[in-house]
Amino acid sequence: MIEGIFVEGLIYGIMVLGVFISFRILDFPDLTVDGSFPLGAALMVQCLLSGMNGWVALLVAFAGGVLAGVVTALIHNHLRVPNLLAGILTMTMLYSINIRILGNRANVPILDQPTILKQVTEKFTGIIPDEYILLVFFLVVALVVKVLLDLFFRTDLGMTLGAMGNNEQMVISQGVNPKTLKTIGVGLSNGLVAISGAFAAQYLGFADVGLGQGIIVSGLASVMIGEFLMLKSNRIGVLTFCALAGSICFYAVMYVGRFYGYVIHMTPSDLNLIKGVLIIVLLIMTQAKKLKVPFKVAK
Amino acid sequence: MIELKNVSIVFGQGTVNENKALNNINLKVKEGDFITIIGSNGAGKSTLFNTIAGTYLPSEGQIFANDKNVTRDPEYKRAKYIGRIFQNPLLGTAGNMSLEDNMTITHKKGMKWLRRSLNNKTREIFRQELVQLRMGLEHRMKENLVMFSGGQRQALTLLMMVLSKPSLILLDEHTAALDPKNAEIVLELTNKFISEYKLTGMMITHNMTHAIEFGNRLLMMDGGEIIFDIEGEAKKALTVEKLIQKFHQLRHKTFENDRTLLAED
Repeated sequence: MIEGIFVEGLIYGIMVLGVFISFRILDFPDLTVDGSFPLGAALMVQCLLSGMNGWVALLVAFAGGVLAGVVTALIHNHLRVPNLLAGILTMTMLYSINIRILGNRANVPILDQPTILKQVTEKFTGIIPDEYILLVFFLVVALVVKVLLDLFFRTDLGMTLGAMGNNEQMVISQGVNPKTLKTIGVGLSNGLVAISGAFAAQYLGFADVGLGQGIIVSGLASVMIGEFLMLKSNRIGVLTFCALAGSICFYAVMYVGRFYGYVIHMTPSDLNLIKGVLIIVLLIMTQAKKLKVPFKVAK
Repeated sequence: MIELKNVSIVFGQGTVNENKALNNINLKVKEGDFITIIGSNGAGKSTLFNTIAGTYLPSEGQIFANDKNVTRDPEYKRAKYIGRIFQNPLLGTAGNMSLEDNMTITHKKGMKWLRRSLNNKTREIFRQELVQLRMGLEHRMKENLVMFSGGQRQALTLLMMVLSKPSLILLDEHTAALDPKNAEIVLELTNKFISEYKLTGMMITHNMTHAIEFGNRLLMMDGGEIIFDIEGEAKKALTVEKLIQKFHQLRHKTFENDRTLLAED
């Protein structure tokens, strides 16, 4: 069970990193995520079914996610639509697109396809105990994504993205077009979400248009748990680590809810309510924490 | 340098609230000029800056920068050669980032790509530049700017702007939100940088003494127009009394209704 929680937390952790970029770094509440997650899953499944190599399929999924994010950013930038609404627009359109990608079906299984996960399992079976293969694999994947992101946000471009989320006027004053930055940032964020969706499809063994429902809430809850658990810091390495840790904690709670919820007569459909309540509780706790420690002075 | 030809700005055109914030402004800023601008609230001083910087596009007229027509250029494009400091000391820097990160972003204008220009060499350059501020900030390069005071952040914004070598700097009452001591420090630094780096600048102030003391040229604005433009020796001979008299003579009204304008120190 414990490895299941970690695997799930790490798969969705990549999505949480994407949500963290849009919500926390860019200050751009991006709801495209609900559409780009199943988009990644759908692209992965269709590419695998057409006989494509799993890793190439992953790239296709990433590109699809980036494109979805770019569309949201363009709607927001050029039609002066509020960012929330721009995300909802893209998300809604993606629902139809995802069904198209899946060949006019809402659910497509890939149980007999040579997914990345199956290849990895075959390769390492006997070397690592079977039940830990996926855990190790996703640990590596999540860490690679995390380290790449850390490196990116230490480049000049990454720093400027961070500055824009904090103070857009400053970025404009530096002669940088904030619209370009938003397009890059939201694109990157949704690319990660799509990768997460692609892995989720392989793990679950199917792609479903409903996969993304409420995923933004899960992502946000994970980000908030991570922030709540860890020390406050402005180091990007710590922040991305918090996002991953938050994701594992959140999916642990959900796992427990799914498997032992019946004890208190909870059904799987109650989980969305639990997620929402969890976010509200976290908000209240964060507020209380802020009141207690008004200002922390660094040495 | 910068030239405005018949520039007008009208807010809410065609509505009952139509408001002509700038009325047919003609202004030529020469290289090396340091212009102080005075005028009561609503005179159009900030609108003038917003128009030059590109925040507002003019309803009529044209703007030239180095003989190039930039009337339709958005703010971020003009920012490559125009440096600007706002009254709010928090607008020039990113508070949740460290001092060295802020300097990395600001030391060069224009779009940033995947290079990593923060290394020990640039750190050393930044440190040496920070010494000029004499605030001890060179020892606090890894701290978040949230920890810094408004005066420190404004001084820092000033330094970072100067380092990017803009052809024109716009100072919009950049000391007004600071306490008197910090305001004085920042103003001193401004004067020092402008003469040291031979900058072309414009400064809005509500303090007539400063307006007379600093710069080689003075503009007085009222009702969206430049009503008085004086430079060189004639400006040096100005006193606060003469300025008030001049305003009275030009507009047949008194400054009394705007007490901030009468500040003399």
